[in-house]
Amino acid sequence: MTGGRMTRRVRTSLVAAALLAPLALAGSASGVAGRAAVAGATVKTAAPTCDPTKSLPPSSSDSGPAVSAIKKRGYLIAGVDQNNYHWGFRDPASGQVEGFDIDIVHAIAQAILGDPSKVVFKMVPTAQRIEAIKNGQVDVIARTMTITCDRLNDVAFSTVYFQAGQQVVVPKAAHATSVDGALKGKTVCVSQASTAQDQLKQDPRGVKAITVVGNDLDCLVRMQLGQVDATLTDNAIAVGQAAQDPTVQVVGPSITDEPYGVAMSRTAPDLVARVNQVLADYRGGGGWMASYDKWLAPYLGSSDGPPPANYLP
Amino acid sequence: MVLVLAFGALTGWQVADRSSAADQVVTHSQPLSQNATEIYRSLADADTTAASGFLLAGGEPREVRQRYQDDLANAAQLLTQAAAQSAGAGRAQTWIDQLNQQLPVYSGLVETARTNDRQGLPLGAAYLSYASNQMQSQLLPAAQHLSDAELARLNQDYADAQATPWAAYVLGALLLAGLLWVQVRLFRRTNRVLNLGLLGATGALLATLLWLTVGVLAADSALSDSLEHGSTPLQALNLARVDSLQARTAENLNLVARGSTTQYADQWTKTSAADSGALANAQQLAPSGAAADIKAARDQFSLWTQRHTAADAKNNAGDYQGALDGTVGSGADSAQPAFLALDQDLANAVKVEQADFLSAAKNGRDATGTVVYAAAVLALLGAAGVLRGIGRRLAEFR
Repeated sequence: MTGGRMTRRVRTSLVAAALLAPLALAGSASGVAGRAAVAGATVKTAAPTCDPTKSLPPSSSDSGPAVSAIKKRGYLIAGVDQNNYHWGFRDPASGQVEGFDIDIVHAIAQAILGDPSKVVFKMVPTAQRIEAIKNGQVDVIARTMTITCDRLNDVAFSTVYFQAGQQVVVPKAAHATSVDGALKGKTVCVSQASTAQDQLKQDPRGVKAITVVGNDLDCLVRMQLGQVDATLTDNAIAVGQAAQDPTVQVVGPSITDEPYGVAMSRTAPDLVARVNQVLADYRGGGGWMASYDKWLAPYLGSSDGPPPANYLP
Repeated sequence: MVLVLAFGALTGWQVADRSSAADQVVTHSQPLSQNATEIYRSLADADTTAASGFLLAGGEPREVRQRYQDDLANAAQLLTQAAAQSAGAGRAQTWIDQLNQQLPVYSGLVETARTNDRQGLPLGAAYLSYASNQMQSQLLPAAQHLSDAELARLNQDYADAQATPWAAYVLGALLLAGLLWVQVRLFRRTNRVLNLGLLGATGALLATLLWLTVGVLAADSALSDSLEHGSTPLQALNLARVDSLQARTAENLNLVARGSTTQYADQWTKTSAADSGALANAQQLAPSGAAADIKAARDQFSLWTQRHTAADAKNNAGDYQGALDGTVGSGADSAQPAFLALDQDLANAVKVEQADFLSAAKNGRDATGTVVYAAAVLALLGAAGVLRGIGRRLAEFR
């Protein structure tokens, strides 16, 4: 997939595009060779020894200092998004924050505190995710956050809980058939401090201009108003946008490999290990699949299963 | 004799000029300036109310919706008035056109936000933030420019209305000197008693100058009074009102953004501090009639900020619903009733100060009203005196 992305001209519909990337990546990641190839392709600029998908081995011990502190406090503090459709969003009718990311937070609370509802959700802007972890405002961040080697210098991540990739959202009327075709000569919208912004900095792909906004959704507003031609973002988010506007489509295949992980403090290895255990149980116990079917399957199609855990030796 | 008549005409003309400028203040530039301020306030209020209504979503009470619609209707109507009355003032027209073009765009964005929100789509919040950003970065600056243009005109009319009629004074003084010189020469040459005609003319001249001075001083004092106790405090009050709205908008948008940015929290900090200062300033300048209302508004302001702090703490602790109830809810511990009371108190104070202004400015305009007639009558008397005095002398030469 990484090799064919330049030459293959795949005309993709919304669902097909969404389907392709995560499933193909999740599939290839099951083999060690596939994983290494994917990881190597993504992390061009970082140290060659870094494999962003590797995390601490799981542990079900609750006796570490960070986990004990959460138990003593009685609730988990999670940094989430409220505006990311079907990932972390606040339903205006019920007032509840819901989505695929949120389900994972509830699973963590259930495991550590015995009650999925013992969570305080804090709304963290994209650009402040790392800061919020570093200064201890939140215990965990579950907010479509890509694990990168750069970010690993500042925060720790769990194992991968979702495989995403950068794709382009464009109006169907643009008749774009590839990411490069959709970007070339166009005004492209990206959200601040996102992987997409870094990606265009590294390789502008012939874009005419880049509009940087606070949140991914601001890109859809501007695209609907005709101020930008295309949005480069994670396909997971792209699909959420397409689901809110039937006149736009997601074009792939994805130009990057974006493994999502739960971010935690580097000073809390016990919490990282505990969360990895929760994710292992979540994958194996059918929780992941149930959540996927509920939130993502309508847009991404059915899934073969969660991405496998990859642990440090 | 011609000079005496010219003096009368000049005095009358200058005084008429002054009082027409004063009339302009009363009937035209001050109302227009207040209109422009009201346009700004309506737009800012629409922005604030749209955000409140959005936060209340399905539970939006009819009054909130009504208030938003009234704001837009009010702004549109005032813009039409301003357009009709600002004819010729090129810059003002530009801003009015700009506002007329952008108002429907703004309301379209707000409706798109509401539609998306009702379908449960997070896109709605993004639209509302965008709409508010348009309001803050396009419409309100245009309204501010309009307001500044009208204020400049008001200040110009004030300056015209308070201009000292120097030409009349100078010509009057020259005439007076001339008449005295002629009389002194006549007295020396003829050794006669004083020439009655010329003496009468001198008296008429002096009376005109005196009347003029008294009228001008009275008008100046009334106009200064209207400026001090009407226009200036009114501007301070308007500023406080607008600052309150800005702070309220930031407070609401912070909840609309649902933590996706800290921009609005920072804006609240800035605008609420500005509002506190503006309220204090408005109270300091307020005439006694409006003092009670502004005092009440300041009390509501401190209540509002207390409740904001409480709601903000809830939001930071992750209790979004609690923060929502504490900000736009109708309960007793919500910021909403405090803000509404504050806005109402300030609206009442505006009414008082506007009335104060009008009565003082009208006094100023009317104070010089008699001077014109007095100048005309006295100039005629003076001319007759000169004619008589000089006629006598001329007859003696025959």
